[in-house]
Amino acid sequence: MTTPSLNPLHPHVPHDPHAPILEVEKLNVRYDGHFALENISFHLHAGERVAVVGPNGAGKSTLFKVVAGVLPPSSGEVKISGYGPRGHICIAYVPQRSQVDWRFPASVGDVVMMGRIGKIGFFRWPHRNDWDIVHAALEAVDMDSLAGRQIGELSGGQQQRTFLARALAQEAELVLMDEPLNGLDAPSQEAILSLLEKLRQEKITVMVATHDLGQAASHFDRVMLLNRRIIRFGPPHEVLTSDNLLHAYSGHAQLIKGADGTTTFADSCCDGEDENA
Amino acid sequence: MPNLIDIFIQPFSYAFMIRGLAASVIVGVVCAVVGVYVVLRGMAFFGDALAHAVLPGVALGYLISGGSRDTLFWWALGAAVLVALAVGRVSKHAQIREDTAIGIIFASMFALGIALISTVRSYTVDLSHFLFGDVLGVSGRDLILTAAFGAVILLAIFFFYKEFLVLSFDPVLSATLRLPSGLLNNLLFVLMALTVSVAMQTVGVALMVAMLVTPAATASLLTHRLWQGMLVSASIGAVSAVTGLYMSYYFNIVSGSAIVLTATFIFLLVFLFHPRRGLVWKRR
Repeated sequence: MTTPSLNPLHPHVPHDPHAPILEVEKLNVRYDGHFALENISFHLHAGERVAVVGPNGAGKSTLFKVVAGVLPPSSGEVKISGYGPRGHICIAYVPQRSQVDWRFPASVGDVVMMGRIGKIGFFRWPHRNDWDIVHAALEAVDMDSLAGRQIGELSGGQQQRTFLARALAQEAELVLMDEPLNGLDAPSQEAILSLLEKLRQEKITVMVATHDLGQAASHFDRVMLLNRRIIRFGPPHEVLTSDNLLHAYSGHAQLIKGADGTTTFADSCCDGEDENA
Repeated sequence: MPNLIDIFIQPFSYAFMIRGLAASVIVGVVCAVVGVYVVLRGMAFFGDALAHAVLPGVALGYLISGGSRDTLFWWALGAAVLVALAVGRVSKHAQIREDTAIGIIFASMFALGIALISTVRSYTVDLSHFLFGDVLGVSGRDLILTAAFGAVILLAIFFFYKEFLVLSFDPVLSATLRLPSGLLNNLLFVLMALTVSVAMQTVGVALMVAMLVTPAATASLLTHRLWQGMLVSASIGAVSAVTGLYMSYYFNIVSGSAIVLTATFIFLLVFLFHPRRGLVWKRR
């Protein structure tokens, strides 16, 4: 199947309903001669929730950016519902909170409306319908009462939910979240995770990069263990074994053998690294 | 003691003062609105460089036309657009940091400009006009150009409001929404270049960055939404222009300096006495 020719000002492609939501085939990304990602192949089905775990520098953000069509791969192929990512406006990328300028003069409503801009198009203004979608998205993440707040006045959990609402307003079918749980307190983490549960009912596919192996095991359908290559990809209990983890994290982690033969695993690299930069 | 109304009206019994006022207000507003993006995106240094890089273009035009000032606007415009797009390109592809690239282009262009102007005998007088502006020398034709280009800039900012908003806040979102980010970025650079050329005659090269940055920075302390920031910044720009021109008339100060100092004064007032975030209240 070939990609239809794209209008540069409105380059949106159709979806093939029979193709998987995401298909990655022999993907390589090279920076200055080094592999950031090597020979990555996998596919996701609509509505799946996948955790991507791996040490810092494993290529999680790179993978997300290639899937989102923001970064071109060196070789290999990414297909979203049968077509290359560059024609899709149904992919939402939720950045790490440390990557966002929280002093930016925008309200919660403004940020969520940004998700609509691809649909609104040039030289047009948000329609009533767009505002309805924005408010519905904010209601879905329980933030409608804060629509007028400046984004810097929000708590970390509220900031993360604002960006989820933006993904909903974008009518995203594939949501990529980079470390959404980092630096959040336990109740906020729970709130985000239960929102992901909601997204599954809407058939929205979610990929989450995380450092929390416990949550990866308990809240996700499949776990991808990544360290430039895919070490393992499958159900959590098959992937998160001490052998696999040792392989992926060699040098970054400690395995603690208990007296009773159990293995405890601690990811030593990144606790609370980005608390409100 | 003269009548208070006379104090306000008297300067404008001269046609050149009216033209000067109109040009200053237009420039004040346009700089202030474009400046909101300059401040938001941390491009103050870029704005300064752009202003200084106009000089060789202006100098070249000045030499070629044999001292006539009629075509200088177009020379400034050409130089500014060229430099804006060059910096955009260099910072994207080169192996050096953007601020380093800007520093090199900025200083060398400025040096080239001064070198060119210094070949003319009366260069100190001419140079000071380019560096500090010459509001009172605004001709009717200059005023029409200023108004026309000012309108073009403001219309572009208005029509691309939501795209520039996304591009400035979250470039990755702009890419995933498949907006033509490169084109939009270059458009914003070109708008900044147009602004600099429009403002050259009024505030001059040396003080331009203050007109771009100071009202917008003041507005950023007072507002939480982008469009509000633009309105407040534009008002501050306009008030500074008018006040500065009066000061220039009564105290015999160079108008560009007077306008910039007024804007700075407003900034300091807000910075110190902001109802919630003022420095004065924090000390207690």
